[in-house]
Amino acid sequence: MEGLRLIAKGAEADILLDPDWNGVKALVKRRGEKGYRHPALDMAIRRSRTIHEAGIIHRAKEAGIPTPLLYQVDPEGATIIMEYVEGERVREIVDRLGAGERRRLFRLIGTQAGRLHRAGIIHGDLTTSNMIRAGDAVFFIDFGLGEVSKEAEKRGVDLHLMRRMLTSTHFSHAEELFAAFEEGYRGAMGPEAGEALRRMREIERRGRYVERENRLDGHG
Amino acid sequence: MAKVFYRLPPFCLKVGTIDRLICLGIESTADNLGVGIASSDGTILANEVSVHVPEEGGIHPREAARHHAAEVGNVLTRALRTAGIGSADIDLIAFSQGPGMGPCLRTGATAARALAAYLGLPLVGVNHCVAHIEIGRLATGAEDPLTLYVSGGNTLVSGFEAGRYRIFGETLDIAVGNCLDTFAREAGLPYPGGPAIEETALEGGRLIPLPYVVKGMDLSFSGLLTAAIQAFRSGRWRLADICFSLQEVAYAMLGEVTERALVHTGKGELLLTGGVAANTRLRSVVRSIAEEHGSQPKFVPPGYATDNGAMIAWTGLLSYLSGVSTPIETSYIDARWRLDEVEVPWRG
Repeated sequence: MEGLRLIAKGAEADILLDPDWNGVKALVKRRGEKGYRHPALDMAIRRSRTIHEAGIIHRAKEAGIPTPLLYQVDPEGATIIMEYVEGERVREIVDRLGAGERRRLFRLIGTQAGRLHRAGIIHGDLTTSNMIRAGDAVFFIDFGLGEVSKEAEKRGVDLHLMRRMLTSTHFSHAEELFAAFEEGYRGAMGPEAGEALRRMREIERRGRYVERENRLDGHG
Repeated sequence: MAKVFYRLPPFCLKVGTIDRLICLGIESTADNLGVGIASSDGTILANEVSVHVPEEGGIHPREAARHHAAEVGNVLTRALRTAGIGSADIDLIAFSQGPGMGPCLRTGATAARALAAYLGLPLVGVNHCVAHIEIGRLATGAEDPLTLYVSGGNTLVSGFEAGRYRIFGETLDIAVGNCLDTFAREAGLPYPGGPAIEETALEGGRLIPLPYVVKGMDLSFSGLLTAAIQAFRSGRWRLADICFSLQEVAYAMLGEVTERALVHTGKGELLLTGGVAANTRLRSVVRSIAEEHGSQPKFVPPGYATDNGAMIAWTGLLSYLSGVSTPIETSYIDARWRLDEVEVPWRG
């Protein structure tokens, strides 16, 4: 494990670069201990997320979504060693792309999200920070919060996370980008897309997500 | 102290008060009725509160509103006395316009409109969540924090970006304070529930399995509440261990989304506010996360962290000095007014 270089310190895990893991350049994703969590809870969360993430990445490949190759999974060490994908994070490139390219990119992201959902996979943290553009492909990464489900509710939450990411971080193009995303998503998901999108809008309206509405209520 | 821009509309200038405006703010979103008085130089002259304690069960909005209506005169008088001013010294009236419980909001709004009309003063409707962040900044000296706001009615993580307080994470169902209060009630713990759970948890130490639900940066507490109640009713566990585990799981969830948002935004300060901010365990979680990511933890003192009138008065001033006011005719309350809908011009 010599020569490891920390390349990203995420909220949940450290990402290290191993320039020579059995002869290949590899990423080491290690879920470090969280001192603020009860040790038993902490170990359970880190262990299950590690196993889970590896399983979900494998399933995503079966659905045809570009994801990093897995070289090794170590649940007790909460570590996954995987392929280093050369490319740029979508979050960092959105605002400097031209309008046409931006739309093409988000249509592709929507298509992949649709394939993922159709294959029964929920990403769990579907944001532009977790997508890497490499050539013409967009790799989905960080399936740490992913799960296997075909529930419309969970699909809706995934879409909601994507949409909220757009309105909180890429707010200047949020509507346009989501429209392109939705187009791709509908294309890949077929008739099931409608229900997931309806659920997303319902989630936005529900509980804490209610938009300003009907201000002239009763006695004001 | 927050920057204040003295762009006063000419009609509000009074001889002798050009350098200082005084605002009286009324807070009435839920069980607290608060009246605060703030000065534009950043001093809080009064912060009086009267709390409605339900005889049984949770807050009933109409009963809380009745309490507010009965108490508003007393609390107003107390606030003026504490501040040592008369009604003639007030330059504007602010009120909490939402989000919150409709009947409670309407009671505070009615009192504010009456005062503004009677005294001939401008009226400013304030967003309750914005007010929590602004008084937190004033009280702790935080400049540009990521805020974790946790109370009986709200659970959200927010930071300022491009003119607004953006929401990076929030509860998908009930607020964490609601989860704690409801469990406490079910378990027969005394009111208020949060402190009772914290105290009971000190005698526990065994972690029982409870659902930990984080979706991206959002949280869900309703499953946790149900599971904790079921654990209590099953009789299999000690109450102290359930309280301990409930806190551990709920605060670990809050910790995770806060940490994710902190890494995402890279803010240098982490502000903890709301009624649940008084919890020692949650504070230790926040401190640990802030330290891990080179951010300054900022804890809002209890009188300004729970619902209070001073935050409404102070935010009313910030709004008014940036040219925002609310004509009485359109001063409808908005029970579901989201934090991220509000323009925040004073933080250009």
